[in-house]
Amino acid sequence: MSAEVKEREPLFSAKNMKLIKNPINLSNPITVQVLGICSALAVTAKLMPAIVLSISVLVVMAVSNVLISLLRNGIPPRIRIIVQLVVIASMVILVDQVLKAFVYDVSKQLSVFVGLIITNCIIMGRLEAFAMSNKPWPAFLDGIGNALGYGIILIIVAFFRELLGSGTVLDMQVIPEGFYEFGYKNNGLMILPPMALITVGVIIWVQRYYTRDLIEKN
Amino acid sequence: MQEIFNIFIKSIFIDNMVFAYFLGMCSYLAVSKTVKTSVGLGFAVIFVLGITVPVDYLLNEYVLKAGALVWVDASFADVDLSFLSFILFIAIIASMVQLVEMIVEKFSPALYASLGIFLPLIAVNCAILGGSLFMQERDYQSLGQATSFGLGSGVGWFLAIVGIAAIREKIRYSNVPPALRGLGITFIITGLMGIAFMSFLGIKL
Repeated sequence: MSAEVKEREPLFSAKNMKLIKNPINLSNPITVQVLGICSALAVTAKLMPAIVLSISVLVVMAVSNVLISLLRNGIPPRIRIIVQLVVIASMVILVDQVLKAFVYDVSKQLSVFVGLIITNCIIMGRLEAFAMSNKPWPAFLDGIGNALGYGIILIIVAFFRELLGSGTVLDMQVIPEGFYEFGYKNNGLMILPPMALITVGVIIWVQRYYTRDLIEKN
Repeated sequence: MQEIFNIFIKSIFIDNMVFAYFLGMCSYLAVSKTVKTSVGLGFAVIFVLGITVPVDYLLNEYVLKAGALVWVDASFADVDLSFLSFILFIAIIASMVQLVEMIVEKFSPALYASLGIFLPLIAVNCAILGGSLFMQERDYQSLGQATSFGLGSGVGWFLAIVGIAAIREKIRYSNVPPALRGLGITFIITGLMGIAFMSFLGIKL
């Protein structure tokens, strides 16, 4: 019998909670690590598709992080990228079929962007950087944390674009009719793709203004 | 023939991968610090898109589409494998990138040295997978159309990354607010470039 009893770490220890909290602000996947921009911007003209995509990414990320973390000792390093892609791609196919079955309209709006979750660098990046060298439980938390950080930015961008661009939130009119009678107009520019980039630019500006550590040296 | 040319022009300017669909943004933001490296990556993307889109087109046409397997046996007429397209497309892209890398290394070491590490990176560039998925969604009619769409998207991506790299080289001398420096201002400039590219929307082809 070994004299040393290995101390078990509690499931939600401070270290583990950090895995969830950090990606939401200090190492946010979109505004700090610059991962996963591709699919993030195109779906944010309305709030609904943004929420659905965030949830899909959350599911794919949590599950593939756990799977890769379980398999990590059996994957030959030379072909690890292909193994990772296959795991992610199978998860994405499942998510895509579920979306088609239950929320067909949204799945049509998302069009190719569900498929593009496969090459969403955020997932590959976390698998490569975290899941390949950590146990399943921390990997799961890391996946959830990063997907939350990603989802929050998506939802903020989509909220402002839908509010200013169409005067609605989740397709419900929030700007009162009276405003329109006084000559208020929806800003059509917000619906157009380039405004997504500018909105993210402004979010980065605000975030870095309050979190001085993130400011880049020239 | 004219149709093929129209698709080419359309995919460069009107449906530009970066400005209209934000595809390939990760490498677009990460590798656009200097013009020289961005030219290398841009050429690699043109190259790989020009190969993978037609190959995926053939795959889609003769294996994946509903009823595509009729050429094997008439009894396969109602087999629809299109749910497999994600995994097959990504497999084709990863192996094509590997193949292209090997061929380029063998026959043109100079080009290989200049593309360097960019070739393997391209396998996970969403512009490549996006190209194949858009090709599938838009249902192009012939191999020629698919090829010109692939090449055109590549050229559009090339223009975008070289443009932003040139601007970023100059912006180093401007007085940007500290919190916007680097990433923030790059996003905003890309947005402005996107608005400029939208002026092409009026062109009817």
